[in-house]
Amino acid sequence: MLEDLILAKYNYWISAVLMLIGFYAMMSKKNFIKKIIGMNIFQTAIILFYISIADVKDGAAPILVDDVLVYVNPLPQVLMLTAIVVGVSTTAVALSLIMKIYQEYQTIEEDEVLEVR
Amino acid sequence: MIQHSPVLVVIIPLVTAFLIPLMGLLRKKYCIYLSVLSMLSIFVIAASIVTSLVSSGTIHYYLGGWEPPWGIEYVIDPLSSFMVILITFISLIIVVYSRRSVEKELPNNEVAFYTLFMLLITGLLGIVVTGDLFNLYVFLEIASLTAYALIAVGEKRDALVASFNYLIIGTIAACFILLGIGFLYMVTGSLNMADVSTRLPEAYGQYPKVVLAALAFFVVGLSIKVALFPLHLWLPNAYTHAPSTVSALLAALMTKVGAYVMIRIIFTVFGFSFITQITDIAPLMDILSIVGALAIIVGAVFAISQTDIKRMLAYSSVSQIGYIVLGIGLSNPIGLTGGILHILHHAFMKGCLFLAVGAIIYRTGIRDIFDFQGIGRKMPYTMLAFSIAALSMVGIPPLCGFFSKWFLVLGAIESKSWKVFFSLVILSSSLLNAGYFFRILERTWFGESPYSQRDEAPISMLLPTLTLAAGCILLGVLIFVSHPFIVSIVDTLF
Repeated sequence: MLEDLILAKYNYWISAVLMLIGFYAMMSKKNFIKKIIGMNIFQTAIILFYISIADVKDGAAPILVDDVLVYVNPLPQVLMLTAIVVGVSTTAVALSLIMKIYQEYQTIEEDEVLEVR
Repeated sequence: MIQHSPVLVVIIPLVTAFLIPLMGLLRKKYCIYLSVLSMLSIFVIAASIVTSLVSSGTIHYYLGGWEPPWGIEYVIDPLSSFMVILITFISLIIVVYSRRSVEKELPNNEVAFYTLFMLLITGLLGIVVTGDLFNLYVFLEIASLTAYALIAVGEKRDALVASFNYLIIGTIAACFILLGIGFLYMVTGSLNMADVSTRLPEAYGQYPKVVLAALAFFVVGLSIKVALFPLHLWLPNAYTHAPSTVSALLAALMTKVGAYVMIRIIFTVFGFSFITQITDIAPLMDILSIVGALAIIVGAVFAISQTDIKRMLAYSSVSQIGYIVLGIGLSNPIGLTGGILHILHHAFMKGCLFLAVGAIIYRTGIRDIFDFQGIGRKMPYTMLAFSIAALSMVGIPPLCGFFSKWFLVLGAIESKSWKVFFSLVILSSSLLNAGYFFRILERTWFGESPYSQRDEAPISMLLPTLTLAAGCILLGVLIFVSHPFIVSIVDTLF
């Protein structure tokens, strides 16, 4: 029971835990950079989740060669390449916003920014 | 040429976005003409799509010749064509309007502004033409990322914080949608909307919890994207601090596209029969209708308490999104007709209001409602457009706002359950709308005016505003033309 539920699916559990850590950081951290770190953890957890669904037991990398019969599913991996690009560009936009916020307010703490508004 | 039109509406703005920086090296002021030209050409293509749709039915376009479910498919059915024509028309109007406003609010940044603007249009059009779930996510992110950047260039430094908060909340929403797509892919093995839809009943039999989790992730993620109360907190600041042109575009189109995706996911991917089947476990439609009704009332009450005109319009948007979601939640054809009509009408009304306010800010810099005293004497045509759109929002017949509310009330009565109560919500919300618009109309037209002479907005800003105001009247008077079209859209969904 325990093995089926937890050990056999440990990758899903790890991705769920990472998702919650990231979500918590995005929602409750006051420092803008920490929020962005949380966002990256969240996105990485989703990537882990997608790669887990793609996995096939004893599957080879999806490159067509002779005498290999079982491949892992390449599609989620390709999707995650796109998701990585989206994640990178979101991070870039967020970091440039933080830079501008720091120039204007001389702080990157949310409560201090809200005070001077 | 014509058989490639579904992909052209996405490619033309995308290519234009990359041509604009090159053009900017040559002459900065040509960027606007290039943008107008490109918007005009996609508007023509969109019109040709609608005519060919009427004659030959739903258009399927396979990208690179790969057939679904392997390749990405673009599907233009009546609902998508309706959204394509709406997006291209409104953004054409707004891009014409933008020239003077951008010159003043973002001097020397025209090149970057129009690049982002065209990318935003690419994202919005991509969302409505695609028939592939992951493709939808990518376009959603393109639209959102450009929207964050466009909000951040607002003149006050508060715009940066507003944009950052929108980025955090918007990314959470996008991640939820991505998870929903992942769950659906897990149980159906497909990303094509039509294919997922046919495989879903079987998948639900095997893995009911996964399908329900996917639905939950989609609905919560999209509720953030459309700023449905109580997930609307990003919207007021973002609309208030963004440049006028951007506020108009976001208010008129961005949340509408979110509402489109909501309709698409609920009615096309999951299917109405599936949603009714699971209603005992997950009463989605009931929840949506209650939350929509709450949004209508709360948004309007918040709008009444605002003094900044743009913030007031932003809260009014929260309220109007409530109408659209309520139309979905009524779960009968007449209610959904009202909801989809409200997408169309609200795009015109809110677009017109934001353009008029942008023109006033351009000329006078006034944002506080109490400073609007007698401004009707100074800018009569701008305020005329504002008044028409405001009366339409209140729901005075024969202006267009009346008809969407009319069909929503009919839909509420048609439901013949406790949802009949929502007809009272809609009627009372009209009074609240009147509350926050009439105080402005009274100030602008009646009483002492400090202005002695007329000082109208420039013609390139006035004409687009008046066009949208005329649209508010025409859509109301010609309701017998648009209504059958909307009914035919709704028929494809149920």
